[in-house]
Amino acid sequence: MNLGETLRLLSPELILLLTGLVVLIVDLAWGEENKKTLWVPALALTGLGAALVATFALWGTPATPVLAVMAVDPFGLFFKGIAIATVGLVILAAVPYLQGRTPYRGEFYALLVFAGLAICLASSAINLISVYLAMEFLSITSYILAGYLRGDLKSNEAGLKYFLYGAVASAAMLYGMSLLYGATGTTDLAAIAQTLAGGEETLQWLAVAAIILLLAGFAFKIVLAPFHQWAPDAYEGAPTPVTAFLSVGSKAAGFAILMRVLLTALGAFRWDIGWMAFLMALSVISMALGNLIALRQTNIKRMLAYSSIAQAGYIIIGFICMPQTFEGAFLGINGALFYLFAYLFTNLAVFTAVIAFESATGSAEIADYRGLVKRSPLLAGVLLVALLSLAGVPGTGGFLGKFFVFGSAIKLGLLQTTVLAIVGIVTSVIAAFYYLNVVRQMFFESADEGATPITVPLGVKVGLALTAVGILVVGLYPQPFIRLATDSIQMLAAIY
Amino acid sequence: MNLLLTLITFIPLVGVLLILLIPKDDERVIKNIAIAISVVPLLLAIYLWLAYNKAAGGIQFEALAPWIPAISVNYHVGADGLSIPMIFLTALLTTLSLIYSSFTITRRVKEFFLLFLLLEMGMFGVFISLDLVLFYVFWEIGLVPMYLLIGIWGQAKDRPAYSAIKFFLYTLAGSVFMLLAILALYFYHGTFDITRLSQELGADKPLGQILGGNNGLATAAFWAFFVAFAIKVPLWPFHTWLPDAHTAAPTAGSVILAGILLKLGAYGMLRIALPIFPLQFQFYSWTVPIIPILALLSIIYGALVCMAQWDLKRLIAYSSVSHMGFVVLGLAAAAAAWGRPGLENAAAMATNGAALQMFNHGIITGGLFFLVGVIYDRAHTRDLKDFGGLSKATPYYYGIFLVTALASLGLPGLAGFWAEFFVLRGAFEIMPWFAAIGVLGIVVTAAYILWKIVQYVFLGDFSQEKWDAATHGAKLTDMLTFEKVTMWPLVLFMIAFGVYPTPIVDLINTFAKKLFGGS
Repeated sequence: MNLGETLRLLSPELILLLTGLVVLIVDLAWGEENKKTLWVPALALTGLGAALVATFALWGTPATPVLAVMAVDPFGLFFKGIAIATVGLVILAAVPYLQGRTPYRGEFYALLVFAGLAICLASSAINLISVYLAMEFLSITSYILAGYLRGDLKSNEAGLKYFLYGAVASAAMLYGMSLLYGATGTTDLAAIAQTLAGGEETLQWLAVAAIILLLAGFAFKIVLAPFHQWAPDAYEGAPTPVTAFLSVGSKAAGFAILMRVLLTALGAFRWDIGWMAFLMALSVISMALGNLIALRQTNIKRMLAYSSIAQAGYIIIGFICMPQTFEGAFLGINGALFYLFAYLFTNLAVFTAVIAFESATGSAEIADYRGLVKRSPLLAGVLLVALLSLAGVPGTGGFLGKFFVFGSAIKLGLLQTTVLAIVGIVTSVIAAFYYLNVVRQMFFESADEGATPITVPLGVKVGLALTAVGILVVGLYPQPFIRLATDSIQMLAAIY
Repeated sequence: MNLLLTLITFIPLVGVLLILLIPKDDERVIKNIAIAISVVPLLLAIYLWLAYNKAAGGIQFEALAPWIPAISVNYHVGADGLSIPMIFLTALLTTLSLIYSSFTITRRVKEFFLLFLLLEMGMFGVFISLDLVLFYVFWEIGLVPMYLLIGIWGQAKDRPAYSAIKFFLYTLAGSVFMLLAILALYFYHGTFDITRLSQELGADKPLGQILGGNNGLATAAFWAFFVAFAIKVPLWPFHTWLPDAHTAAPTAGSVILAGILLKLGAYGMLRIALPIFPLQFQFYSWTVPIIPILALLSIIYGALVCMAQWDLKRLIAYSSVSHMGFVVLGLAAAAAAWGRPGLENAAAMATNGAALQMFNHGIITGGLFFLVGVIYDRAHTRDLKDFGGLSKATPYYYGIFLVTALASLGLPGLAGFWAEFFVLRGAFEIMPWFAAIGVLGIVVTAAYILWKIVQYVFLGDFSQEKWDAATHGAKLTDMLTFEKVTMWPLVLFMIAFGVYPTPIVDLINTFAKKLFGGS
C-alpha cells in the first residue's frame, strides 16, 4: 500500500492529531485571554467536524488492514463517528463550565481531542499490542482529565482512584494478553484465532485464563460490575464534561475493543466454556447492582454513574445473544451497536443539561433541581426527554435500544437468555423510579423563593437541541440507524 | 391511503406544537386553541361513526405504511365496531374535559393543555393501532402525560407524587412483560401485525400453531398480555394503583383516567388477548376459571369497598373497579364459550355487553367525576359527612347528579342498564353460577350509590351552619354554565342510549359477530 492510500485511510486520526496539536500550540502562543475563550474551542470543533467528514468519506471502503496493526472497516468507522460526536458535544457543553473553574482551558480541549483520537485508534486495532496502546492512551488522558480541577479535592480523589484502579486493570489485561501471546506466538487477532483453532488442550486452558484477565480489563473500561468500583467516585468528582465523556466515549471504546477481541481472536470460545457465561453473570450483576444502588443516590452525577453500570449490563446482553445464523434484523451485536448509538445522544443530553445547571448554580444535587421547569423550561424539557430515554419509554432512542437487545435475547430462546431478558426488564422498571425522581423534582416541586431563572449559553443550547432531537429521531425513525448498525458488523460474516 | 384515522390521532399533536409557541401568559389564547383543536377529532370521530359500513363490518378506514422495515414494523391502522365508539368517547371526553379545565385550571395553564393534548394523541393511537409495536408505543406514550398531570395538578393532601409514580411504575411493570411476549410472537411467526396474528394462527393456517405449539410458552405469553391489560382495567388484585391515582388527579385528569385509560386495558383484551390466544383465554375462563373469579371479585369487592368510603372521589374511583369487573366478566364468558357450538349467540351477547359497558362506563363515570369536581370546587372537601341536603340548596346539581348516579347503578331506561343486562344474559347461558354471583354486585352497587352518595350528599335537610363549618364559609352556588355545558352531552347520551341503544349496539355487534360468527 502506498503512502497516499495509508494517509487517506488514516485521515480521521491524522486530522484529530493535528487538531489537538494546533489547539495546544494556539493556546500556548496566543496571549489574548478573552478572545481565546471562544476561539480555541471553536478551533477544536472545526477540527472535529473535519474528522467527522473524513470518517463519512471513508464509509464504504471494504475492510482494509493499515500498517499491519489497524484495520479500517465499517465497525471501526462506526465507533470513530461516535467518538468524534462525543468529543464535539462535550466541548460544546464544557465551554461555560470551565470558566472560573480552571485557567488551563486550552489544554483541556486538546486532551479531549487526544482522547477522541485514542478511541479512534482503539476501534481500529486488530493487534493486541495496538489494542493495549490505544487503551492506555485513552486511560492516561482520562486520568488527567478526571483529576483536572487541581483545587477541588473531589476531582483529585477522582483522578487518583481512577488511576490506581485503571493501572491494576490494565496490568491484568496485559497479563492476559501475554498469556495469549505465549499460547499462540502471535499478537495479531486473526492469527491468534487460527492458532487456537488448531491447537491442543493446554492451549485452550491458557485461553480461558486469558479471557478472564482480558475481561477484567475490558469490564473496567465499560464499567461493568464487579469492576465498577472506581466509577461512582470518579464520575462524581471529575469535572462534569469529563464525566460525560467517560460515560459515553470511554464506554464506547471499551465495547469496541471487547467486541473485536472476543469475536475475532476468541470467537471459538463463545459457546462452550467461554466468555458467554461469564459475561451473562457480569451482566446480571451489573443490571441489579447498578439499578438498586442508584435508587439511594442524592447526587445526580453519582446516580448517573450507577445508571451507567446498569446500561453497560443492558448493552452487553446484545453482545451475548448473538444468533447462530446471520439472518434477520436481531443479530445481537447490531442491537448493542444501535443501543450505543442511542446512548450517545441520551447520555450527552443528560450531561449537557447537568453541566449547564452546574455552570449556572454550582450544584449537582438532585434536590437542587426542584422547580427547574420554572427556572429553565429548556433544561427541564431536555432532561425529561433524556431521562425517559434512559428509562426506555417508547418514542425515544433508548426504548429501541432495549427493544433490540432484549429481542436478541428472546430470539435465541434459551433459558439463560430469557432469564437475562426478564432481569433486564424488571430492573428497567426499578430504574424508572430513580429517573422519574429527577422528573418529580423538576416538575412537581416548586423552586425556592429567591430562585433565579437559569440562562443557558448559545453553544450549550445547540448541544441540547442536537442531542434531544437526536433522541427523538432515533426513537421515531430508526430505520437508517438500524441499517447503519447492521452494516457496521460485516466483520461478523467472516466468523459465520 | 386512508388518512382519517391518522388525522384524528395527530391533530392533537399539531395542537401541542401550536401551544408550545404561544407565550405562557396568554392563557385565554392557549385555552381557546386547545379546545378548538380538540373539536376537530371530535367532528372527525362523528363522521367516522356515521361513515362506517355496518353491513360490511370488519376493519375499515385502513392505512398501511412501512415504519421500520428492518424489523417488519408497519404503521398499520384501522377501525372497526369496537374501536369506533372508543375513539368517539375519547374525543368527546377530551373536549369536555378541556372545556371544564379552561374554567378551573389557573396554575401552569400552558403545560396542562399541552400535556392533555399529548395524552389524547396517545389514547387515539392505541385504539387505531393494528401493529403490536405501534400499539405498544402508543400504550406507553400515554403514561408520561398522565404521570405529569397527576403529579403537578394533584392536591397536596392526596399525595400526588406518590400516586403518580405508583400509577406509572405499576402500569410499566405490566407492559414490559407484554413487550417480551410481543417479541416472542414476532420470532415465532415473523409478524407484528395484529390482524394477521388474529386470523392466521392455527394448526392448519399460514402462521402455524401459536408459538410453535409450545403450550407452556403460549400460556406464559398469554398471561404476560393479560396481566398488562388487567393492571390497566383494573382487575382485582391489580387495582391498588387506581384509588390513589384517581383521587389525586385533577378533575379532568380523573375523567380521562376513568373514562378512557381504563378502557385501554379492556380494549387490549378484546383486540389482542382474545383473538390471538383464544385457547389459553378459554382455558383460564372455563376449565380453570381464574379470570371469571377475578372479575367477580372486582365487582363485589369493589362494591363493598365503595360502601366503606367517606371520600366521594375515592368512592367513585372504587366504583370504577366494580363496573369494569362487569366488562371482564363479559369477556371471560365470551372466551369460555370459544369453540363450544351453540353458544355463539351468547358469546356475542356477552361481548356486546362488555364493549357497551366500556362506552357507557366512560360516559357515566366521566360524568360522575365532573360532578365531584363541581362540589369540590366549591367546598374544597370531599368528605361525605360534610354534605347533606344539597337537593334543596342546589336542585339543578341534584337533578343532573341523580340521573348520572341512577345510570351508574344500572337503572333501566338509562345507558348503564343495557350493558349489564347483555353481559349477565350472555354469561348466564355460558357460566350461570358466575352470572348469578355477578347479579349480587348490582345489588351492592345500588346500595352504595343510593345510600352513600345520594342520601349523604343530597337528601335530608340542608344546614347552612354545617356547610359553613365544613367549608370555612365557602359560597354554595348551583351549577354554573360551563359545568352544565360539560354535563349535558353526557346526560343526553345516558338517556338516549338508555332508551334507544340500537345505534351503538348495532355497531359493536359487527365486531362481536366477526369474532364469534353468531348473530
